[in-house]
Amino acid sequence: MAEKVIARSARKVYPSMAGDVPAIVDFDLSIEEGEFVCLVGPSGCGKSTFLRILAGLDDLSGGEARIVPGTDPKRPLNNVVFQEYAIFPWKTVLENVAFGLEMRGVPRAERLEIASSWLAKVGLKRFASYYPSQISGGMKQRVSIARALANDPEVLLMDEPLGALDAQTRAVLQEELLRLWEESHKTVLYVTHSIDEAVLLGDRVVLMTAHPGTKKSEFVVDLPRPRDLSTTSTARYAELTGAIWDDLRDEVRAAMEAQR
Amino acid sequence: MKAFLPIAGMVALALFASLFGLWTDWWVVIFAAEFTLLVVALEALERRLPFRLHTPYQRMLAWLFPLLLLASWQWLATSGIINPRWFPPPSRIAEALWQLIVNYDRFNETSLIGRPWLIPSRLAESGWAGVQALFAESHVWATLSRMLVGFVIGSVPGIVIGMIMGLNRTVRAMLDSTMSAIYVLPKIAIFPLLMLVFADPFGEGPKITVVAISAFFLVALSTMAGVQGIDPVLIQAGKNFGANRWQMFRHVILPASLPIVFSGLRLALGTSLVVIVAVEFVRSQSGVGYLVYYNWQVLSPAKMYAALLVIMALGVGLTAALQFIERRAMPWRR
Repeated sequence: MAEKVIARSARKVYPSMAGDVPAIVDFDLSIEEGEFVCLVGPSGCGKSTFLRILAGLDDLSGGEARIVPGTDPKRPLNNVVFQEYAIFPWKTVLENVAFGLEMRGVPRAERLEIASSWLAKVGLKRFASYYPSQISGGMKQRVSIARALANDPEVLLMDEPLGALDAQTRAVLQEELLRLWEESHKTVLYVTHSIDEAVLLGDRVVLMTAHPGTKKSEFVVDLPRPRDLSTTSTARYAELTGAIWDDLRDEVRAAMEAQR
Repeated sequence: MKAFLPIAGMVALALFASLFGLWTDWWVVIFAAEFTLLVVALEALERRLPFRLHTPYQRMLAWLFPLLLLASWQWLATSGIINPRWFPPPSRIAEALWQLIVNYDRFNETSLIGRPWLIPSRLAESGWAGVQALFAESHVWATLSRMLVGFVIGSVPGIVIGMIMGLNRTVRAMLDSTMSAIYVLPKIAIFPLLMLVFADPFGEGPKITVVAISAFFLVALSTMAGVQGIDPVLIQAGKNFGANRWQMFRHVILPASLPIVFSGLRLALGTSLVVIVAVEFVRSQSGVGYLVYYNWQVLSPAKMYAALLVIMALGVGLTAALQFIERRAMPWRR
C-alpha cells in the first residue's frame, strides 16, 4: 500500500521572550493508505500541534510533514474533527454537514443529498433541520464527524474527538467510529489521551514523549477486525494496553514533574 | 391563615395612621411597612396556589406593582400629602396626554403625534402633501426621524469599521486607543462644535450628526469586540473545510459576530434616544425633548410628565422592534 502521510525529522518551535521553545523535535511518522493510526502521549507533548501542522493550520519549523496527494486533484487532502464542537451554531445540522461541499462549489441539491445520506449513516437523519444548540454533545460530535466524512478527504485527522464527552457517550461513539471506518477504510490519524481508546480503534499506536515531543515507540495492534466493544474484554487487548501503559508511564510522570 | 395576618396588619396600620394623622409626615415609612407586609401576604398566598398557576401569578404581580404605584400616587397627590404641583396625580397626567394628542398648537404649528385621524380628510383635500404636513407637525415624528436617521448613519459605518478593526491587527492597533478615548467623551459636548460646522445651527444637521457620532463609536467598538471574541476553533474549521476569504466572512465571521453586533445596536439605540432628547432640550423647536423643556418653561408639569411618558413609550417600542429584527436575523438563538 502507498504511503499517505509522511513526517521526517519534523520540528516545531514557538518563539517566546526566553528564546525558542521546542514543541516537537525530530518526529518521524509514516502512515499507509487505509491505515488507522493512533497518536498517544501525555498532555502537552505536541500531538495536537503535529495534527494541526498536517492539517495546514500551523507551520513546521524544520523537517517535513505532509500528506501525499491522490489521483483526484479536487479531493481535499485532509479534514479535521476537532475536540470542541466546531460545528457552526448558526447553521442547521444538515447545512453543517454540507459545509465542505458548499465551499467546494458542489451544487445545492447534490450537496444536500450527500449530507443527508451521511446524516443517516450517523443516525441523525431526524435532526437535519435542528440547530446545534438543540442537540446534545454526543450528537454534535457525530455531526462534526459526518461533516468531515461527507467532504471525502484523502486523510481524516481527528484531534481527541471524544475527549469532551461522558464515558457512556464515548463508548457508543467509539463503536460507531469502528463501524463507519469499516465502510470506507479511510486513512486516519487519531490523536488521543486514552490508551484504551487507541488500542480499540487503531491498527497501530504511536507513542510520543513528553514535551518536547518526539516518537518514543510504536505498537502494532493485531486484534482482528471488524471490532466492537467486546474486543476490550479479550486477553490480547489487556496485554497490549498493559504494555503500552508501561512504556508511557515514565513519560506521563515526566510531564507532571515539568508542570510543577 | 398565614396570609390573613399580614393583610390584617396592613389594614390595621392604615387605620392607625389615618386615626392619628400620621400620613402627612410619615407616609414614606408607612408605605415601606405596607409594602413589606404586602410581600409577606403575597408569598403566603402563592404557597396556597396549585403549581401550574404560579407563572400566571408572577405575571400578575408584574402588573400589580405599577397599578399600586399609580393608585398610591393618585391618592397622595389628590389628598395633598405630596405637592400636586410638582407631582401631579396620574389622572391629571392622563388628561394632559390626551390634550397633547388632540390639540394643535397654532403658535408652534405642532401637535404630539400629528393628529393621524385627519389623514383621510387631508388625502382627499390636498393629497400626499397634506399628509406630509401632518408628519411635519408631529413632535414624535420629529424625534423619531432624527433619531433613526442618525442611528442608521452611525451604525452602518460602525459595523464596517468595527469588522475591519476586529479582523486586521494593524488597523486595530492604530485605531483602538484613539476611538476608545473619543468614545468616553459625552457626545452632547460636541454639539456646539457641530452647530459651528453646519450652515443652519438650529437645523436638523447637527442633531442627526450628534446621534450618528454617538452610535458610530459604540457600534464600532462593540463590533470589534464581537469579531475578536469569535471562537478560534470555528475559524480553523472554516479554513480546514476550504473556505476562501469571502466565504469565511459570509459563512463564519459575519454570523458569529451577529449576537454582539446586535447587543451593540441595542445599546446604541438607547444612547441615541438619550442624546436626541438632550439635544432637543437645548436647541430645538420640535420633538418630545423640546416638549418636556417647553412645558417646564411654561410651568405645566402635567404635560412634562405626559411627554416623559411618550419618551418612555418610544424607548420600549423601539427596543421591541429591534428585538423582533434580532429574532428574525438569528434564528438559531433560542
